[in-house]
Amino acid sequence: MTGNLLPRLRGRVGWGPLKTGGLLGLAIAALLLPLVAPDPATTNIAVFTVMYIGLATAWNIMGGYTGYISLGHAAFFGFGAYGLGLMLVHLNITPGYGPFVLVPVAGLLSALLAVGIGWIALRTRAATFVIVTIAFMFIMQLLAENLVKLTGGGGGLGLPYSHDWGGDFFNTPYYYAMLLLAALGLFVSWWIRRSKFGLGLLAIRDDEDKALAVGVPTRAFKLTAFVISAALVGMIGGVYAYYVTYIYPQFVFDPLIGISMVLMAFLGGLGTLSGPVIGAVLLEPAQLEFAYRLGASRLYLVFYSAVFLLVILLLPRGIVPSVAELLRRRRTRTVVS
Amino acid sequence: MTLVLEAAALGILTGGVYALMASGLTLIFGVMRIINVGQGALVILGAYLSFAFFRSWHLDPLLTLIITMPLMFGLGVILQIVFIRPLKTDREALSVLVTYALALGIEGALGYVFTTNYVQLRAWYETASFAVLGFHITYVYVFGFVLCIAILGALFLVLYRTSYGAALRATMLNRTAAQLVGVDVDRVSAIAFGIGVATAAAGGVVFGITNSFNPGSHYDLISRLLTIIVLGGLGSLRGAIIAALIMLVTEDITAVVISPVWATFVFFVILVAVLIFRPQGLFGVRVRERI
Repeated sequence: MTGNLLPRLRGRVGWGPLKTGGLLGLAIAALLLPLVAPDPATTNIAVFTVMYIGLATAWNIMGGYTGYISLGHAAFFGFGAYGLGLMLVHLNITPGYGPFVLVPVAGLLSALLAVGIGWIALRTRAATFVIVTIAFMFIMQLLAENLVKLTGGGGGLGLPYSHDWGGDFFNTPYYYAMLLLAALGLFVSWWIRRSKFGLGLLAIRDDEDKALAVGVPTRAFKLTAFVISAALVGMIGGVYAYYVTYIYPQFVFDPLIGISMVLMAFLGGLGTLSGPVIGAVLLEPAQLEFAYRLGASRLYLVFYSAVFLLVILLLPRGIVPSVAELLRRRRTRTVVS
Repeated sequence: MTLVLEAAALGILTGGVYALMASGLTLIFGVMRIINVGQGALVILGAYLSFAFFRSWHLDPLLTLIITMPLMFGLGVILQIVFIRPLKTDREALSVLVTYALALGIEGALGYVFTTNYVQLRAWYETASFAVLGFHITYVYVFGFVLCIAILGALFLVLYRTSYGAALRATMLNRTAAQLVGVDVDRVSAIAFGIGVATAAAGGVVFGITNSFNPGSHYDLISRLLTIIVLGGLGSLRGAIIAALIMLVTEDITAVVISPVWATFVFFVILVAVLIFRPQGLFGVRVRERI
């Protein structure tokens, strides 16, 4: 199995100095963005793009590394959103920077939920797992709608927001919060990727029964990956709730949010570090633009569906693995000639 | 008590419709090992097709099936050939995404053509009812139930009494072995997908008479259909039918005894409880291979 894994790992990690330089450049660009382009329309797109970078990266820790496709990660997104929202409302937190401190608590709540959901859902495999995660997402949506006394039900939940932040600055704190979470997600993903734990996850993806046979504690590993992934998604959900200031059950426990992060990870390359980032950067601004321009006619859904189908049929392995393959082939060709 | 019995009876009658829609879904899974997340959208598409014929030609909604079922069968065959057959690796995961994309596309196109306003199919039997033992039962539920039983019966006949059915069951049991003994599995798969989509057309008509719907209605529908086939056991036709009845009966009884808003929730709780003890569902076979 190791013989099978190593070349693949090298193929994905071995981008060399190009990668280091590029990453540094991207990080600086991301940090300076609100200063260079401060108008709210741009920063709004930036907030959502960075949000999806974080979501797709977090999803990839479970879906990409272990091969367990969860279509219900919006359950944790919504749980984090409601978790933070309810804390802000009931603890009478003054809006400002304070609520951001509670974001990790929202993540912890989502992690606890993920322990419960994962314990049940991870008894199933493959297709059944996909469906069970969808079912759990709808359970959460129903709970948010029905526990009216706690959540406000279908009427939604309003969060306090800071009146001190205005104009061009309003989006900035949220942008940096999202950026921090995306960076955290990428760091965790990178760290897992090169740890023994990560190797175990990849082994589960390649052949779970064999992984178990060679001594990988598959149940514990899968659950851990699931919980880490959910905690990150929950924190991002919390920041999202604070950003949009008003949340409704069907818009945070939204199947489209769950599927979007999956599609972005698929487009970029499942199980790679940069794949989810590339997928999110390519898709989210386009999605926002089309929803804005064609939203009323519902045609944007047709567009989204077409992109989706083209990606899967033409690049079933995603951009990063396909490009890496291409580069490798070119390199071997030059070596030969 | 009377209310509970009435709810149970209604649950069984409407359960027949869900059994039909879910049987198409589980059949597709059984043959191709793919989850058709677009089944809900196809049901809504079927409902809208009937709605279009009903609106322009004033046909009786149930009669439109004579046109819509073959149309949807053809659409299913085309969808399978264009979108499902090219998937060679990682079929199961990719198929979920492909069919989800199809669902979005159908939703978007329907929204463009028919707008997102709710519509409903109208017929005389939609409100007219008759009394049995003091219960009032609306004709549409009985008609829908009879229609679904007839189609399910025909499906079982095809599966167990024809050579195509034998080839299809062989493909479900072991795709490679079926191929080795000379079954054209590509053809079997395309036709099975067509049949699955045709059942969506039939389900759509009954759904469209008993519910008002819009292009976004498929989310609710697909989450129900998927949980039904998981409870029944993926790929089991018998399981899908029994699970559909369990779902609708519990929902209708919960709606009467507790509250309509908790109806679906109780079914989800049953599903979770079953999965703890039987992860493969009621009639499912435990998956050992990695798909």
